[in-house]
Amino acid sequence: MKPRAVYIHIPFCAHKCHYCDFTAYVVDGQPVDQYLEALEQEMARTVEETPPTTIETIFIGGGTPTVLTPVQMERFMQAIQRYFPNRSEDIEFTVEANPGTTDPEKLAIMKEGGVNRLSFGAQTFRFDLLKKIGRTHTVEDIERSVEQSRMAGIDNVSLDLMFGLPEQTVPDMEEALARGIALYPDHFSVYSLKVEEGTLFHRKLLEGKLPLPTEDDELEMYLLTRRRLMEAGYKQYEVSNFSRPMKESRHNTTYWLNQPYYGLGAGAHGYTNGIRHENVRGVSEYIRLAHFRRPVAQMHRVEEGEAMENHFILGLRLMDGVSRTRFERLYGKSPEAVFGPVLDHLQKRQLICLKGDRYLLTEQGLLFGNEVFASFLKEVV
Amino acid sequence: MSDSSKQQQELIRNFSIIAHIDHGKSTLADRILEYTGALSNREKQDQYLDTMDLERERGITIKLQSVRLPYKAKDGKEYIINLIDTPGHVDFAYEVSRSLAACEGALLVVDAAQGVEAQTMANVYLALENDLEILPVINKVDLPSAEPERVKEEIEDLIGLDASEAVHASAKEGIGTEEILEQIVEKVPPPSGDPDSPLKALIYDSIYDSYRGVITYIRVVDGSIRKGMKVRMMATGKEFEVTDVGVFTPKPVSKDELAVGEVGFMVASIKDVKVTRVGDTITDANHPASEPLPGYRKINPMVFCGMYPVDSGDYDDLREALEKLELNDASLRYEPETSGALGFGFRCGFLGLLHMEVIQERIEREYNIPLITTAPSVVYKVYKTDGELLEIENPTLMPPQQQIDHVEEPFVRATMMVPNDFVGAVMELCQSKRGEYVDMQYLDANRVNIVYELPLAEIVYDFFDQLKSGTKGYASFDYELSGYKTSDLVKMDILLNGEPVDALSFIVHKERAYYRGRQLVEKLKKLIPRQMFEVPVQAAIGNKVVARETIRAQRKNVLAKCYGGDISRKRKLLEKQKEGKKRMKAVGNVEVPQEAFMAVLQMDDADSKK
Repeated sequence: MKPRAVYIHIPFCAHKCHYCDFTAYVVDGQPVDQYLEALEQEMARTVEETPPTTIETIFIGGGTPTVLTPVQMERFMQAIQRYFPNRSEDIEFTVEANPGTTDPEKLAIMKEGGVNRLSFGAQTFRFDLLKKIGRTHTVEDIERSVEQSRMAGIDNVSLDLMFGLPEQTVPDMEEALARGIALYPDHFSVYSLKVEEGTLFHRKLLEGKLPLPTEDDELEMYLLTRRRLMEAGYKQYEVSNFSRPMKESRHNTTYWLNQPYYGLGAGAHGYTNGIRHENVRGVSEYIRLAHFRRPVAQMHRVEEGEAMENHFILGLRLMDGVSRTRFERLYGKSPEAVFGPVLDHLQKRQLICLKGDRYLLTEQGLLFGNEVFASFLKEVV
Repeated sequence: MSDSSKQQQELIRNFSIIAHIDHGKSTLADRILEYTGALSNREKQDQYLDTMDLERERGITIKLQSVRLPYKAKDGKEYIINLIDTPGHVDFAYEVSRSLAACEGALLVVDAAQGVEAQTMANVYLALENDLEILPVINKVDLPSAEPERVKEEIEDLIGLDASEAVHASAKEGIGTEEILEQIVEKVPPPSGDPDSPLKALIYDSIYDSYRGVITYIRVVDGSIRKGMKVRMMATGKEFEVTDVGVFTPKPVSKDELAVGEVGFMVASIKDVKVTRVGDTITDANHPASEPLPGYRKINPMVFCGMYPVDSGDYDDLREALEKLELNDASLRYEPETSGALGFGFRCGFLGLLHMEVIQERIEREYNIPLITTAPSVVYKVYKTDGELLEIENPTLMPPQQQIDHVEEPFVRATMMVPNDFVGAVMELCQSKRGEYVDMQYLDANRVNIVYELPLAEIVYDFFDQLKSGTKGYASFDYELSGYKTSDLVKMDILLNGEPVDALSFIVHKERAYYRGRQLVEKLKKLIPRQMFEVPVQAAIGNKVVARETIRAQRKNVLAKCYGGDISRKRKLLEKQKEGKKRMKAVGNVEVPQEAFMAVLQMDDADSKK
């Protein structure tokens, strides 16, 4: 199966957020032009190895792709066009953006390059909370950016929100949702804060200086999110994702369906020809390597057993769940033949259920997703 | 007695080494072996005498070793020096005393920087009881912090030994080895036994060898022992024909006979180490000695616990492991038992807590069987109202309160020797552990011998640790069973989610029951992770709940984080979570971690401060 999805990573940001552990570097003084050149080299090598077919989705993530200057953005758009020229008519082409980093000029260039969806990292709607998590935008920035995006003709807009932030309360979340909904975006991604090692938050947590909400409050924020968004006409289609009809993120759905995708740029992951790879994270290392070869840090062939585990771990995140027929078609075995006892046990505990052709998380299973997903892992000996 | 055999006997020296852990006993032994040529460089391996991995790692000797060393002294004579190793912990005090009884002398090795430590003192006193000549050695004199003169004074003050001729040594650097050997030759008396009397040989250890059966380590006290001889174990009455005798050089080397005063091994196609009990006397079956050697004690396990495989599929492997360990360990007992919570396992008996830990660790490490061990218990005598007497090693088996007339628990006579300053602390501790004062003697200006009767169950808890911390490690501690006494004891049940968990039951003095129950449920609340549902934890005596805590339900466990296409990180996280679960035992539908079953032991025993 040929990849029909392309992920490209732009590892630069105006500032580093306190919780961020993605590959991201503060843009000042970074060799952005050389990076874009290296990206072109990687794209060239990649499409030579795995010639692309019709591309269905492109996702430019970061970092903050919109920190590129208009000139850089234009060059970047042209490069993508050069190496992935064959695009489906209804392609979904997303760029991640931070509120306040877009302007009409840049938006016009993106639109020209084929971008038709913007995903804004709004995160929350309280300025002091935004500041505390290291975001530099204001609430007004969010509103203005969404408006500008639409004016530029990019009207498929998604907002990212976060919950479980330090000092965040349930009413804060309620307000964030209300103000988000008021902007009438097509899609919401609502993620909980996870404190990762090596971040400023992690250090604060160890020092006991990170006043995270209680588990109960965090749960309440999640349940509230589902309730409010549903009331506003959004459908939950994944653990953390909600959309208006037909506006699900098709790119991310590629991941959840365990389908192949190109992964390009520093720190990016890809899945092509049955091989998962991770690129080197360092920008200069990436630039240096891309001259000679694909700047891959590690790669491994996904054996069938692992692929089947991933299939369930990823697939059950979708509210539509895992189709038995599709599983059988892909692996030549029924899910029961592979995971019989696990599926039984999970059903007995009412964490999953079988509805028609599909295994789905139950309401309880949704809250205990990790329990469910972990049970598909083979015993580690 | 012929002159030549008399001469031979005059040239034998039997000694052991007494030292605190880390004071360099094993290294010194190695140096002596090297110096006398018993250990070639090729065979050299650090700490030759400690053969088990576990011994080397924990720096303790569990099985005894001995080695025969030829030594040509400065006086021109060829001596035979036997070094007999001793174990180093109070659980094995009896074994120590028997191996000391096989010697005429002992090296007292003291660290030149750290001075005399508690453990050492206990063994010095055992050596003095056995009339051994004690030769002080100040080790590690090469250390910058060494204070040999201060340590000498300490030896004289604390132990009352003349330390003026103490050897200054550094086993690590090989300093002082010759001087030590010369002092052994000069000061340790030769064995005094009678070669013409009927055979008396002291058993100081035995090991099981899968090819030769039991190999018994002996010291010939009177007479001699030869191949083909018919011998009798005086305590067990069992008779065997000797198929081999010999000495360790340290490799076993067969000889025709072991003469009076010699140390070595005997093989007699014995299948079971329980027949060759440490401290027993071997005699000639045809010309038996009238009296056995003094000091024999039958060793019974005093501490019992349940051992269960975490994975019930390991049950047969666990039985095999215990069978193999038992071959070499006369004091280990086990029998099958079943627990509602833990499934099939074994109730095992041990000399003490260290013995228990050692066995547990060997099973987990050498046999690779993850274990759940229940809190240790002692043997209670339960007199029922219908006149029946039950001996209860497992709290679960305690009959209901209304069927019990009274219960007796084992008491020990505990002897603690401490420097003056700690008398108050020790007495307070003993009092808080339901101890009864027996005696106190000032041995000299500095040392006090304190004797208490204490319930063994209290010692099994954390008495030794508390004694050590309360006396900065200076107290020596020895105990022996003194008998059973009536106590006001009750069985405490622990209920998880309303269901009693037999493996968590324990027996406790009524006065402390409420307190311990309270403490244990609090501890369990901390140890047991939150489940998908609320779990009440209760402590109950009979039907009466005395303490209750609730483990609140975990309300969610979900990855709502954005990982993009990075499935490998997601998998790592999930694997970590799954790995954690493997160390849990499902009791009913509650996942309980291994440590919880030992929680009753780990309570910070504030009742000692009460």
